[in-house]
Amino acid sequence: MLTFIIYKSILVLIVFLISLGVAAYATYGERKVAAFMQDRIGPDRAGPFGIFQPLADGLKMFMKEEIIPTVSNKFLFILGPSLAMLTALMAGVVVPWGGKLAIGDHFYPLQITDINIGILYVFGVVSFGVYGIMIGGWASNNKYSLLGALRASSQMISYEIAMGLAIVALVMKTGTLSLGEMVAQQGTGGWWNIVYQPLGFLIFLICAFAETNRAPFDLPECETELVGGYHTEYSSMKLGFYLFAEYINIFISSAVISTLYFGGFNLPFQSHIPLDGNWLVIAQTAFFFGKVIFFIFFFMWVRWTIPRFRYDQLMNLGWKILIPLAIFNILATGVLMYALGKV
Amino acid sequence: MQLTNRKKVVVKKEMSLAEKLYLPAITNGMVITMKHFFKKGATVRYPEVKREISETYRGQHVLKRDEQGAERCTACGLCAVACPAEAITMEAAERKKGEETLYREEKYAAVYEINMLRCIFCGLCEEACPKEAIFLTDRIVPTDLKRDEFVYGKDKLVEDINHRIDLSGRQTKEVLEFKKDKTKAHNQTWADKQKLLKENKHH
Repeated sequence: MLTFIIYKSILVLIVFLISLGVAAYATYGERKVAAFMQDRIGPDRAGPFGIFQPLADGLKMFMKEEIIPTVSNKFLFILGPSLAMLTALMAGVVVPWGGKLAIGDHFYPLQITDINIGILYVFGVVSFGVYGIMIGGWASNNKYSLLGALRASSQMISYEIAMGLAIVALVMKTGTLSLGEMVAQQGTGGWWNIVYQPLGFLIFLICAFAETNRAPFDLPECETELVGGYHTEYSSMKLGFYLFAEYINIFISSAVISTLYFGGFNLPFQSHIPLDGNWLVIAQTAFFFGKVIFFIFFFMWVRWTIPRFRYDQLMNLGWKILIPLAIFNILATGVLMYALGKV
Repeated sequence: MQLTNRKKVVVKKEMSLAEKLYLPAITNGMVITMKHFFKKGATVRYPEVKREISETYRGQHVLKRDEQGAERCTACGLCAVACPAEAITMEAAERKKGEETLYREEKYAAVYEINMLRCIFCGLCEEACPKEAIFLTDRIVPTDLKRDEFVYGKDKLVEDINHRIDLSGRQTKEVLEFKKDKTKAHNQTWADKQKLLKENKHH
């Protein structure tokens, strides 16, 4: 029992640190990717190729003056970024990061907990993230913040529906809500889920962009219209938490997309690869992180390609296109499964 | 008048299905950004690498000395009048006996200040100057943290007698040729004038 607790604690700590580390270097990656796509160089002063830039940025955030507006609700003002950070970090718990490591005659799965409603848990935690933004925007007592928060909440609520419906089709196909089981299905016999659910994947991907408030759906913070959106009044590390939470969300979203649609930690043509035991587990984990990093890059790639949606376009896309498409996807999946005799 | 043949008439029409889907357009856009991703950046890493600039670049000013090292400026104030940004101020003073090697003319600028934050580097001061005293150079005005530091006095403007600033690249062939003609008063230094005076007395 004690070893179980120690092993789980270590795993939690590792996932926590990796989430923070990846998020920190995602900020660096974002700046580099943006620079390369705009024919620039990007940060290159802090260390070789600027690799210490995230440390410098973090230090800067800590050193900045901390301002809490006198007209704000102080408790909620601090609660906002804390909630954003908390919910962002919570979703990593159910993601299967790798197979089972064998140490001695014990097996240690590289997934903190494989609850049987894993995907619902992720969904719940992610939708909880809107509270961080809402509370922060409300507590600031500023028109811009409030408008940004309103936009954020209506956007996230609208896109959650389409996202949920996209997952319903996936759940119909896999017959399970557990992430671990979904990965196992994609590993043993059968293609990755992207093959069975291309439309569902597209809807999920678009909604993931909206859920993480990334361009082209970065309306909540849109600098040009709302000064800074919900974090207008925030400074110092509280602002840092908001910005950081966004990158953690990207990381978790990428991990969830890889898990649900791209085979999780499974290697392509896994049965033909002459690896076994712990080496296979390590290769799988490395490959999983490769997928995750690709999706993080994809998020940035899209951001520096597409301009922001207008608010009415955003709502049109969410309600009039994505939701009907997702419902159609469910119907089509059902009909196909019935026709192929899978039910 | 048609200037190019790249004219494209805009027609308002219904979007086709592919256009309505947006996804092909987005894919195209992403291909373009990916192409740029692998392009060489246009950045010049400034303090280490300096961009090549023209010989006639209009950068930080210099107050020239003549061949003997006397300051050419006679504080006539034409540069200050010409200056559209009103960046130049000066105070004139009379040359005393024994200062002939320091100042070329009987009158000189005791104080000469250019506010580099006001200056627009148009070069009109250079054009207005009848004494070839002020020139813009290819040096870049360095940054500073205080506004006061940008008011450059004579200590920063007058060229160092041991480190002359070569301006021959800024001058046309005709000007360089003219400058060799020592019979023209414009090109005579104080020493030249003394020599001429002596010769005239002999005659």
